Amino acid sequence: MMAIRELKVCLLGDTGVGKSSIVCRFVQDHFDHNISPTIGASFMTKTVPCGNELHKFLIWDTAGQERFHSLAPMYYRGSAAAVIVYDITKQDSFHTLKKWVKELKEHGPENIVMAIAGNKCDLSDIREVPMKDAKEYAESIGAIVVETSAKNAVNIEELFQGISQQIPPLDPHENSNNGAIKLGRQTSQMGRRCC
Amino acid sequence: MAADVHKKKSWEVPNGSLVPGDGQHTERSESPTPGLAQGTEPGAGQEGAMFVHTRSYEDLTSPEDGAATVQNPEERQGEPAEQSSMEQISKDFSELSTQLTGMALDLEEEMRPGKEGKLEPSPQTTRRDSVLSGKEEEDVTMDAWRLHRKHVFVLSEAGKPVYSRYGSEEALSSTMGVMMALVSFLEAEKNAIRSIHADGYKVVFVRRSPLVLVAVARTRQSEQEIAHELLYIYYQILSLLTWTQLNHIFQQKQNYDLRRLLAGSERITDNLLDLMAHDPSFLMGAVRCLPLAASVRDAVSSSLQQAKAKSLVFSILLSGNQLVSLVRKKDQFLHPIDLHLLFNLISSSSSFREGEAWTPICLPKFNSSGFFHAHISYLEQEMDLCLLLVSTDREDFFTVSDCKRRFQERLRRRGVHHALQEALRTPFYSVAQVGIPDLRHFIYKSKSSGLFTSPEIEAPYVQEEEKERLLGLYQYLHSRAHNSPRPLKNIYFTGPRENLLAWVTNAFELYICYSPLGTKAGAINAVNKLMKWIRKEEDRLFILTPQTY
Repeated sequence: MMAIRELKVCLLGDTGVGKSSIVCRFVQDHFDHNISPTIGASFMTKTVPCGNELHKFLIWDTAGQERFHSLAPMYYRGSAAAVIVYDITKQDSFHTLKKWVKELKEHGPENIVMAIAGNKCDLSDIREVPMKDAKEYAESIGAIVVETSAKNAVNIEELFQGISQQIPPLDPHENSNNGAIKLGRQTSQMGRRCC
Repeated sequence: MAADVHKKKSWEVPNGSLVPGDGQHTERSESPTPGLAQGTEPGAGQEGAMFVHTRSYEDLTSPEDGAATVQNPEERQGEPAEQSSMEQISKDFSELSTQLTGMALDLEEEMRPGKEGKLEPSPQTTRRDSVLSGKEEEDVTMDAWRLHRKHVFVLSEAGKPVYSRYGSEEALSSTMGVMMALVSFLEAEKNAIRSIHADGYKVVFVRRSPLVLVAVARTRQSEQEIAHELLYIYYQILSLLTWTQLNHIFQQKQNYDLRRLLAGSERITDNLLDLMAHDPSFLMGAVRCLPLAASVRDAVSSSLQQAKAKSLVFSILLSGNQLVSLVRKKDQFLHPIDLHLLFNLISSSSSFREGEAWTPICLPKFNSSGFFHAHISYLEQEMDLCLLLVSTDREDFFTVSDCKRRFQERLRRRGVHHALQEALRTPFYSVAQVGIPDLRHFIYKSKSSGLFTSPEIEAPYVQEEEKERLLGLYQYLHSRAHNSPRPLKNIYFTGPRENLLAWVTNAFELYICYSPLGTKAGAINAVNKLMKWIRKEEDRLFILTPQTY
């Protein structure tokens, strides 16, 4: 029997960059063109194997709209990882991403794993943010970076695998590690949303 | 009466009490219909109501006078300054009127000031700049844009656009500047503009500092009803921001662009306007229940009741825009308006279909100063059953989420799942079930429970316009019945395509629509028969035993 570790992950980023679409693709392998903007935040879970452990992602998909901004600390607090999403066709969204990184550095958990996702890479012909910029920036802050397409299912699995690999393996004598949440706290969530 | 409670202590009091006063019991005396005193009419709850007691939209429109009394003391100062700014305003106004689009130009002459004598000083406006900006963007769409039956605009007191139902707010900033000028112009004379009537249009103004709401309509609705809809829009905005935050923002910065904070909510407001055009719930100020066998509903309600948590205030199960069950904390009542806003929120967004949503929401009629936190999720992917758990604690997501799990478990154990599914297959009943041949449609509202029932709208009201026309007729009857200077109790309306009858008592409101060939005697007969039928079916059509935790 493999150990299950619960990892709280939050998605941050400008409105309309595709946070919900990434989660929807990852959890349900599904894409909806006419998805409504998230209201507040949406919670989903998915369990994936990683080495000899199972990682159960507790995913908080937050709303990008400004009026929900003040709620974000509730979601990144205690997170093992944050996925910060921008839209490669919108320079502004990359700018917003930097603001999120700054906020995480100042107020987020100390060892939070940061992953930058440049979404909508299927639209590279109208790209505004060069891959190079994102790479250099990610390097400077020590974050994972990947360009994704929730629409075409490009790099979505890889994004979360990348996060899994960055999470240090569980020390058998330590319960909490790198913001990971101890098993058994929310057993109620078990198995319902897992695909 | 509850309405009086609202009048006296305006709902806008920031620390709005959680308990809706003593409005529940006082209106029970003299009923004109013996045996139908309020609380005993068909559909009346056996153990009290779920909702704050409201009469109708009088409740909504009455705070109009109250609003003036909630003005902040700071805003009341500077009366002398007002006189000097008066000249400025009329100067602005004369400049502005040259920029009026045709529509507003005609109307300006027929301005009909209300005689409320509000003492609101006019705000220092920074209108000039916004007004002078071009409106090239609109020229292309102007004709199509003008053809809309009802425009709704929201602006700040500085004349900044906040929302427009059609067209971009930027392009309309000059029009909105003019609207603000009209408002300020009359306020400078210690008066208030309520509406302008011209050329088949009604321009209705609702002032709720720091916002101004304006509708330009060529529907058959009365001015009062249009104002009522504008108030719904105002409450919709409050539900996103709270009254406290809204005021705080504009106290800090009078020319704040509120669109920043409301970004992404336009579709919620759009949806509310569309919903009001075809759902009688808003007109009736009441809530419709999903028809459901009493035993099934009771099982659902008690399952909800048992899945409680300390921070939960309301558990609401709904399907479409119909209520399946509502369980509330003892002594806490929901206002139908707040429930309508929740219905609208859910029907306006598909984002609740995935996962479990957790969002702050203000229920402005309950308490306009704070946020609740709502857990919103669908019970099953394919089933149109949405569960709303309203909590006071924003950190309580997992506890509340567990309530959902427990509720579903109990539902399964009680074996009502299948019956629920069956009921969802026919969310509306046919008027044919009543067995009155000439009867085409009706709306029956039980006043004490705040619930109403209505069959599906069937032929000949098949086309969308026909449905709206029918609702328009009900609106007309309703406005006559509730006309504040001259309310009517019985109305018999003979039209070319249908006859209608309205009957409003202390206990209930009934509106029936039947064949144009029917007679008045036949209609009265039908009413008696219909009342008997509703009484017989009441445990299926209404929630008679509301539960509390």
